[in-house]
Parts: sequence; structure tokens; C-alpha cells
Amino acid sequence: MNFEQLTSSCGEWLRGTGPESDIVISTRIRLARNLASFPFTNRASGFQKAEIESHLRERIGKIDLNPRLAYLNLPNLSTLDRQMLVERQLISRELALADGPRGVAVGSLETVSLMILEEDHLRMQVMHSGLALDTCWQEIDRIDDLVEQKVSYAFSEEYGYLTACPTNVGTGMRASVMLHLPALEYTKHLDKVFRALQKINLAVRGLYGEGSRASGHFYQISNQVTLGKNEPTILAEISGVIPQIINYERQARQSWVRDNRQGLNDKIARAYGTLCSATMMTSEETMELLSFVRLGIHLGMIEDITIHTVNELFIHTQPAHLQKLIGSPLDGEERNAARARYLRTRLREGGAHPN
Amino acid sequence: MKCQLCDSPATIHLTDTVQNKKREVHLCRPCAEAQNLIKAQELNLPAILQTFLGEQVGQQMEEFAALKCPECGIRYMEFRSRGRLGCPHDYTVFRTGLLPLLHRIHRAERHEGKVPRCHPPGHGLAEVSELRRQLQAAVEEERYEEAARLRDLLREREARDEL
Repeated sequence: MNFEQLTSSCGEWLRGTGPESDIVISTRIRLARNLASFPFTNRASGFQKAEIESHLRERIGKIDLNPRLAYLNLPNLSTLDRQMLVERQLISRELALADGPRGVAVGSLETVSLMILEEDHLRMQVMHSGLALDTCWQEIDRIDDLVEQKVSYAFSEEYGYLTACPTNVGTGMRASVMLHLPALEYTKHLDKVFRALQKINLAVRGLYGEGSRASGHFYQISNQVTLGKNEPTILAEISGVIPQIINYERQARQSWVRDNRQGLNDKIARAYGTLCSATMMTSEETMELLSFVRLGIHLGMIEDITIHTVNELFIHTQPAHLQKLIGSPLDGEERNAARARYLRTRLREGGAHPN
Repeated sequence: MKCQLCDSPATIHLTDTVQNKKREVHLCRPCAEAQNLIKAQELNLPAILQTFLGEQVGQQMEEFAALKCPECGIRYMEFRSRGRLGCPHDYTVFRTGLLPLLHRIHRAERHEGKVPRCHPPGHGLAEVSELRRQLQAAVEEERYEEAARLRDLLREREARDEL
């Protein structure tokens, strides 16, 4: 896998296509699996981890997938490259920061990633742009079948797939849909929606998963329950509520336009203006402002820049991507200046790529 | 309803059942946060384990404290404080303590989903896992010839499993 090539593209989760993609950013399903004859990752010795890593790497290398998976041995990568994989949602922060043998097998389209020696021995995920729960499930189910032909999973008839944390036991499945909800957040209706979701056992998380802050008005909705319900039932519960949330967000956007068109227009124009002319820009502020520009495009208030460019800027202004694009490591202040410079160049050229 | 620790309205309600006894806790968000029961809208599993399980099992505590997995060596108390199990076998060894917990997290105690299609559960596991334990011991004691022999045996065994 070529990291320089990766840097310049958008990745799957920000491709900006697929059903309902004005509000649904991406859909992701992950399965947690463990090998039957080893202790879980947190309890495995260095020697055992090396065994688990080679055991899974060799067998995953043999599964028949098209396009083929590229294997990345994570301890061999620089911190920056690992961070970049986190920003592209191909590995978790935990896996990037962990010690010892570990790796990830990634498909060239970046829709598939199989993490080795995360909290569970194997965390497999399929991700697609837009609302695509069924497609994600069909693909991950098939990959799981292929892997299972080569390895013995820890499984019990009573508890299902056995996982290091009892919150994942059973199906080992976490399905999540990432939504862009600027209007619901701004009109302060989000808490109500989230409380309703929690009542039906769905969790709401920020952009980069557990414990992370919602940045750029992105929220992930996922199932909390993994035991006692089969996969189709869990998926149906999620896909049952997503249209309602999409509907609430659309209504909130419409009433915002109706009640305060001038104010909203000004907010979006200021966000765009700041991105085009600021000389220092944190990653947080960039996300917040790009979020309003994204909303502006969907409301027809901004016309000289495309969704594709905004999505690209979301990923390119993340710390690791930015440093890769600039070609040198930068500390906080330098990075904020470089980020502002990058944004100015891209936006003044009407979103055309500087190269 | 008022918070059990102060007079603010209770917004966090936790209910669970152990040995047919229902127990409810009602707290306001700040108190629940102060007790470390919730964190940024998410349930804090280790803290809940600590607070509730500890109180509920009462007399059984000593019995639980003595539980230790013969496979991976983790003690029940370690699992309780860290919230992570040590190996697949723990689900059997810690069953009594785990069931109420699974019920609280999932409102269920039994799997209802996909089942591995190729490898029937339990297939040849005991033997492989015993070989692995011997291999690990051989490496730790620096008996490398023995380790190499065990490793070959394991590979052969695994290759057979894959056919």
C-alpha cells in the first residue's frame, strides 16, 4: 500500500456518494472474533501475540477476496502513518497506540479492513459511503465465512462469539451509521433524539468512536446490544430509526431556513470566508467551519465549491494527512499555519487540487 | 423522582436483578458522574461492575474472589476491576458472576445469531490449547529444542484442522 497515494485521495468514508449522502456520511459494520486456543489480547504474552499475529496474517493472506488485501505490519510504520490510518478510519486509535505485534489487512478500495490484535484478536470491518447497512452486512458476513474456513474461532453455543469484553459477546457485531447533523445540533434538538435512541439501546458516539467528541457535527449511531438478538434483527432496529433522524435533520434545516434565512446565510458565508482567509486554523475549527460549508452546499447557498472538495478538505486537514501533504513534520503552531495556507489555496482555486 | 444522593431530579435510573431480587438506583446526572457510573453519555462498565456487583453478591464475594481461570490465570477480581476477560474459557469459569452482568448489558443471556459454518464449536480445541500451553512453558524456560518440537506438532495439528 502506497501511503503517498493514499494521502491524495479521499478514502471510502468521505467519498460523499451513496443513498441519503447529504446526511448519511458512511455506514460501517465490524465483527469481533478471537482464536479459540489463545488468551485474549490483553492477557497474551509477547510471544503469544507474535504467534497470533503470524497465525492470522498467514491465513488472512490466503483468503480469496477481490480486490486483494494488503497487509500492514503496524510496528514497522511511523507514528504518522499509523495516525493517517486512524484518520481514514481503517484502524482504531487503540490499535495505533498499542504496543507489540499487531497489524491490519486493508482492501485497496479501503472498504475492508481486518485489524489483528486489537482488543479482540480480530476486528473485521466493512465500510461504505452513504446508508448501506445491507451491503455492509453481506460483505462482512462473507469475509467472516472465508476467514472461518481457515481459523478456529472462540465460540460457545450459549454465548456466541466470545470476546474480551462482555459488551461485545454474542454476535460480536457493532453496526454504525455516521450522520452529519448540523441543524439538529444548532437548534438544540439533538439531546431529545439521543435520549430516544438510548431508550431503545442504541448508542451515540463522536467521529472517532468511543469516548471521542463529536467534531464537525458528525455523529455515529450504533447498536449497544450484541447478545440475544440475531444480526438481521439488530440491523433492522438501526435501519428503522435512521430515516426518522434523517427526516428530523431535514425538517430542522427547513425550519432554520424558513425562520432565519438571513442569519443562516450569514453564518455559512462567514464560515466559508474564514476558511478562505484565516492564517491560523486548528483542526477542530476547520471541522466546524467545513461542516457549515457542507450544509451551505446542500442548501444551495454556496455554489462555487463541490461536496467532493469539502469532503477532501475534511480528511486532508487532519493532522497526519496535512503533514504528509506538506511533506514534513510540523508542531502545533506551524501545523495551524500550514492548515490555513492549504485551505486558502484550495478554496481560492475553486476547490481545484493545487497539484 | 429525586436523586438518592441529593435533591435534584433523578435522570439516571439503573435497575438490575440478581437472585430474583430487583434493585433500583436513581441519581441525577452530576451524582452519577461523581460516582463514575456514567461518562460522556456512555455507560462506564468497569465502574458499574465495581459498584453494583460488589454490593449485590455480598456473601458470595469471598467465593467469587477465590475464582481463578486455570487456562489464563486471571482472577475474577481482576476482571471486575478491568472489565476485560483473559481468555475464552473465562466465560465458563466466571459464569455465575457473568450472567447477571450479561443480563444488565444485553437484557439477554443467550446467543441468537450466526454460528460458525465450518468449524463446529469445541472442535479439537482442548488438544491445541494444551499444546500451546506446553509450548509457552518451554519458551519461558528456554527449552528451545522442546519448543521447536511442540511448534511443529502444533502446525501439523492446525494444518489438519484446516483440511
